[in-house]
Amino acid sequence: MTQRRNLAVLAVLALALSACGGTTKSSTESQNTAAPATTAGKADPNAPLKEGLKIAYLPKQLNNPYTDVEVGGGKVAVGEIKGEYKLVGPNDASASSQVSYINTLIQQQQNVIVVAANDPNAVCPSLNQARKAGVKIVTFDSDASKTCRDAFINQATTQGIGESLVKMASELAGGSGEIAILSATPNATNQNSWIKVMQTELAKPENSKLKLVKIAYGNDDDQKSFTEAQGLLQSYPNLKVIVSPTTVGIAAASRYVSASSYKGKVAITGLGLPNQMRQYVKDGTVKKFALWNPADIGYLAAYAGAALSSGQITGAQGEKFKAGKLGEYTIGADGEIVLGPPTEFTAANIDQFNF
Amino acid sequence: MSATESAVVSRFANWNAAIIAITVIVLIVAAASVDSFGTSQNFGFLVLDLLPIALVALPMTLVIVTGEIDLSVASTLGLSSAVMGYLWNANQPIETIIPLCLLLGAVLGAVNGFFVTVLGLPSLAVTIGTLALYRGLAFVVLGDSAVADFPTVYTDWVTGSIGGTPIPNVLIIIVVLAIVFGVILHATPIGRAVFAVGASEQAARFAGVRPGRVKFWLYVASGLISGLAGVLWTLRYSSARADNGAGLELAVVAAVLLGGVSIFGGKGALPGVIAGVVLLGSLQNALRLSDVSNEALNVVTGVLLIASVLGPNLVNRLRRT
Repeated sequence: MTQRRNLAVLAVLALALSACGGTTKSSTESQNTAAPATTAGKADPNAPLKEGLKIAYLPKQLNNPYTDVEVGGGKVAVGEIKGEYKLVGPNDASASSQVSYINTLIQQQQNVIVVAANDPNAVCPSLNQARKAGVKIVTFDSDASKTCRDAFINQATTQGIGESLVKMASELAGGSGEIAILSATPNATNQNSWIKVMQTELAKPENSKLKLVKIAYGNDDDQKSFTEAQGLLQSYPNLKVIVSPTTVGIAAASRYVSASSYKGKVAITGLGLPNQMRQYVKDGTVKKFALWNPADIGYLAAYAGAALSSGQITGAQGEKFKAGKLGEYTIGADGEIVLGPPTEFTAANIDQFNF
Repeated sequence: MSATESAVVSRFANWNAAIIAITVIVLIVAAASVDSFGTSQNFGFLVLDLLPIALVALPMTLVIVTGEIDLSVASTLGLSSAVMGYLWNANQPIETIIPLCLLLGAVLGAVNGFFVTVLGLPSLAVTIGTLALYRGLAFVVLGDSAVADFPTVYTDWVTGSIGGTPIPNVLIIIVVLAIVFGVILHATPIGRAVFAVGASEQAARFAGVRPGRVKFWLYVASGLISGLAGVLWTLRYSSARADNGAGLELAVVAAVLLGGVSIFGGKGALPGVIAGVVLLGSLQNALRLSDVSNEALNVVTGVLLIASVLGPNLVNRLRRT
């Protein structure tokens, strides 16, 4: 009994002692943020691309069809630059298991680690340890904190996606007519920012004949998106195009239209996954839709990593490098490299994509 | 002590020695054949990877020796981590947060202990329940978000090493706690009570041991250490998340069983458990360095576990014939 009381007293004392003063979030904020990464050396744009570079891919998790396509593109690029390709990764998308893999890659003296971070901060200490050992870090899909990587491959900008959506809608509508948007939820951040760009684009003189009649929300729920698509077609008999910037919405709308009398009269487009959209493209419901090409993400990452490792670039804004078949890229603010406009999928090319 | 009992004891002493020998052999072979396995940097990585499993395995050994189990340890770790992040965001000093998280762990362990010893419920069912419950609470506390900006003084200490040596700081924690638990289990009346309870609860009661009390405090210890593991996990990865440590309980139980502790209670030794932890960890580390895939890693772990249960049994049968 006395033992227990002593313990309790000790605990209370410890708490009381520590309550006054101590390290809090606000007292360390300045200290933690003031540790920018050290970018060593200067870029030499004319440095030759080194051969035999060891480039390792560490996606969020293995055995994911989308990821497989991404790293597949990386493998092709690593082959082109005569490097050594390696793919490692956890079976669960956890940050802690990624750290073990990063540590392993440091031991194996890789030149470049291309990583999609499961947790932008948890991987940071080991990524910085890798950088200290001379390894270049390129992130894709999901960026790590920018103090612990050299470059980030951004699959698409908000502007690029918004423009591409309007361009496809305009082509499908033949330049004039009523269009509607079938979005995700009313407060979905990505969709709302793309729609905002679309509205700006639609306000331009070249798109003056296109009329956005309604923005419907399917809440990224298959059933709701299906009924919303149905509702749009009934309320707007002159509707020419439904643009759905979400994979759930575009698939649901396509399913409705393909089995209705609107098939062939109303076009569906937006952002979709080829595997989900294949049958609607084949049966003619969907003429074209877009998404970034995941293989290009992995491909570009390999060239960015090789350029970093060869000293052509350091990750600073404005530096340029060549990325094989994709052409020349310029590094943007915070080491971001934007892949470019999304890829359009049509009946002609959809069978080349499996994700 | 009867003849069969001493045979049992020596059998386990043998398994204990065998697992330590196997571990040493694996370490030597790995150091000789796998590039960069034996580097000091890799040693540091290995210790950090082992840290949570090693810590939680200590009280788990005692719990399993009493014939019970605690499957809620990883969820306790996660809840401790989530609360740590929550309080840090609420601008509490880290020097207050850490003891609070340890206290929280002890309380969570006491809840398990209450259900098992006071209400007499089976520990497997209780701790599967709290496994889900504590993990759920962790998500209530922190949701899907992560808290990352812990003070570098603390995070650097956890990932750092002593002075200029390659010995990681956290190894001190592991060694100190391993000695504490080892002494308690093998050299004190408490330890003898733990074995007695596991061998036969009724006999232990007649010998003046209060099994409920012993088990209750072991659950508190298990929760406390899991809470500590949560704090160290959070600092190591600089990331407080509700899903931290998910699935760790299986790795811990695997290491303890591999270390020769009987799942039925009453038998086991701490050095064997430490060897089990090191064996599992270094095998994984070495195989990963040799580019063996994750699936193969799981196969190896599974085979080892079966072998650890099969090994002592076979030895026993051979002796009897």
